[in-house]
Amino acid sequence: MYENVLAVNQTTPYIARLAFVAILALVTLATRAETIAFTGATMMPVTEAPIENGTLVIRDDRILAVGPSDSVRIPRGAKTVDVSGAVIVPGLVDSHSHIGEVAGGDESAPLAPEARVLDSINVRDAGFKRARAGGITTANLMAGSGLLMSGQTIYVKLREGNTIESLAYRTDDGRIAGGMKMANGTNSRGEPPFPGTRAKSAALVRQQFVAAEEYRDKIQRANGDPKKMPDRNLGLEALVEVLEGDRVVHHHTHRHDDIVTVLRLREEFGYRVVLHHVSEAERVAQEISAAEVPVSLILVDSPGGKLEAMNLNFESPPVLEQAGVDVGFHTDDYITDSRLFLRMGAIAVRTGMSRQKALEGLTMAGARMLGLEERIGSLEEGKDADFIVLSGDPFSVYTRVLETWVEGRNVFDLDDPEDREVSDGAYGVLTPSSVAHEFHGYGEGH
Amino acid sequence: MDAAKSLFACALLFGLSAAAAAQAIAVRGQTVYPVTGAPIENGVIVVRDGKIAAIGPAGSVSIPDGVEVLEAAVVTPGLIDARSVVGLAGYLNQPDDQDQIEHSESIQPELRAIDAYNAREPLVAWLRSFGVTTIHTGHAPGEIISGQTMITKTAGDTVAESVIVPLAMVAATLGEGAVVQEPNGRKSPGNRSKAVAMLRGELVDARTYSEKLSAPVDDDDKGPPARDLRMDALAAVLKGDVPLLVTVHRHNDIVTALRLQEEFGFRLIIDGAAEAYLVLGELKAADVPVLLHASMARAFGERENMAFTTPAKLADAGIPFAFQSGFEAYVPKTRVVLFEAAVAVQHGLSFERALAGITIEAAKILGVDDRVGSLEVGKDGDLALYDGDPFEYTSHAIGTVIDGVRVSDLTR
Repeated sequence: MYENVLAVNQTTPYIARLAFVAILALVTLATRAETIAFTGATMMPVTEAPIENGTLVIRDDRILAVGPSDSVRIPRGAKTVDVSGAVIVPGLVDSHSHIGEVAGGDESAPLAPEARVLDSINVRDAGFKRARAGGITTANLMAGSGLLMSGQTIYVKLREGNTIESLAYRTDDGRIAGGMKMANGTNSRGEPPFPGTRAKSAALVRQQFVAAEEYRDKIQRANGDPKKMPDRNLGLEALVEVLEGDRVVHHHTHRHDDIVTVLRLREEFGYRVVLHHVSEAERVAQEISAAEVPVSLILVDSPGGKLEAMNLNFESPPVLEQAGVDVGFHTDDYITDSRLFLRMGAIAVRTGMSRQKALEGLTMAGARMLGLEERIGSLEEGKDADFIVLSGDPFSVYTRVLETWVEGRNVFDLDDPEDREVSDGAYGVLTPSSVAHEFHGYGEGH
Repeated sequence: MDAAKSLFACALLFGLSAAAAAQAIAVRGQTVYPVTGAPIENGVIVVRDGKIAAIGPAGSVSIPDGVEVLEAAVVTPGLIDARSVVGLAGYLNQPDDQDQIEHSESIQPELRAIDAYNAREPLVAWLRSFGVTTIHTGHAPGEIISGQTMITKTAGDTVAESVIVPLAMVAATLGEGAVVQEPNGRKSPGNRSKAVAMLRGELVDARTYSEKLSAPVDDDDKGPPARDLRMDALAAVLKGDVPLLVTVHRHNDIVTALRLQEEFGFRLIIDGAAEAYLVLGELKAADVPVLLHASMARAFGERENMAFTTPAKLADAGIPFAFQSGFEAYVPKTRVVLFEAAVAVQHGLSFERALAGITIEAAKILGVDDRVGSLEVGKDGDLALYDGDPFEYTSHAIGTVIDGVRVSDLTR
């Protein structure tokens, strides 16, 4: 069915888009009206305490009910699946991934807000399969951090689809949903026209946002008069969305002073930002907390590899939790493998974060960072039926992802031999892969 | 605590503890894994003068009065990282702390690891804090022969203090990893066949050199050949004194390494081996051990077909293998064998075999099982302490002892 989802051009009139969505919904109803009850598992809804011996009921692509088995009514005609002994958690949300042969701006300029990652993605890239095998159901796909602004990101639902449009989340007004990837620190430095210092980096970013403000003001002053409108500028258009809060900045940053620089520029221009990687977050946890900015952490197995990650340690998760910061996690795939995303939350627990906060970090916190918290991130009535079935404790090394469900459809099943090969690795099953292309060389990720 | 501070703390701790080294230290574990014997519930290990003096159930081993007693839920032998570049490769990843590879020539077996090892490298302290007490480190893959490797403890301020085997292996690479990279200013080897031809030629030269060295000198002879460090190192390989460690990932390259081993008769150890699961029979028949790539190494290039299940398959086939942290060009700058073995357990390897793969099996392949790799009387007092199942993600390393000296008390 997903193959039938056509591209909705951004210039399509709103009514037409609405009609399109309505037709799609009718087609969906006509072809599928399935209710499935998963019974006996430990349910971890995230937004409430874990439920021992719980039941999850899904109808078509939505969650119908979740709760203790003795209080959830299973509708007549529902298919019942006994998953006793298993653990069900919401589908994981990866707020920062590079699967899909992503690309954005190139070496011609350090700021490329006009570049869209969606124009480069190969939905047949094996990274999507690895992500489903790891229990990821939603991901923010972004270009690398080799530019101060490497372009527009895309939020994808990991359905099985033939086109990037069929995977894309849409905003309420029908646009393809995504953020803006930015970076500071060392990765985005280079020979001119790239900045040679941190101050130059910040100056270039400020100049760009000043231009975007002026562009926005011209449009406002034109007040609908085509003769007074500024010439259309794709990059500034995207940055106006950033200024208006409709497009979140996803900001690569590691060192404590670079983190504070992000907060300073955000305050000047008033955009919404998520801090990504944030190796030295624990050093400025209070500043991050005061700014009420969320943090998407990566926890890798040793410090260093580059200067801005030299102080990476295992301290940040509990420190940020105690400071009241909204903490999520990301794979940064290829940096860490999507199949091992649960491990990231487990390592956070190892460092002293609470289990509840760590699970939230893999699910609901990521949903909030992408502005999708109304649709995904928890097991709640009315939300998308995105969930994963685990063989045990989400944070145990002995646990495997048994099944991944997206919008009520099974997209990964460890019992399926082909899916098992994806999960385990096997000859030829993980190609083509953006990892195989080394993703712009080593220097621009993370 | 940041890396620099933790390094300082470890150094301080080491300094304080060194003074007490003459004394004994005892470790009590709710479960002690000697590895070469059955697990001991409520076990005690006594280390005296750096060596294990006693091990057994608490009731059978007496702890001398006044001896410091460490306690842990789980005690294992100090972990062994069977293949690393740490100490030659530094964590900053800047040109001046990257001594693991030298690209001026394709074949340089004369490059010694001990001349480049930085015992104070923060990554060494990082590994030590997770219970890693011995590392086989040295020159990285990336040239036909990149240099030598060494085996060292992870404590000590200088290489002289820490090293236990100064020349462990000669490190070779075949396959795409040996093919010259454009910035290196050379044109050859440009492909697999040429790399193998170059290596065979060098080994033939080394054989000739060895024969000349050992030939009786007569009047007509020009005398023994001039001493050549490069030939000396390869002669040691041909003689069987030093194994040739060959990094290969693709199945055909693994078979190529076996072919060369058969031709020249050196002691071969396979490194990497991402596609080992395709040639299990060949590896088994050749009786060649494998230092398997890190479980969480990235699946690209020659490793694109790597599988999390390879450790379990090697174990089932009875092929000797051990885990390694490997070589990382970016982040994380090193991996931790404890974590690599854990992921293998997640994918079907038994707990016991995984633990052996970072202790006794590694020690055997490295040829240091007389000293390390298990908890037995007379062996080095190298211990790793954990607050739970060492492989469980949420457990912590809580202490490391090397040669009877507590070298880490961090909780990690």
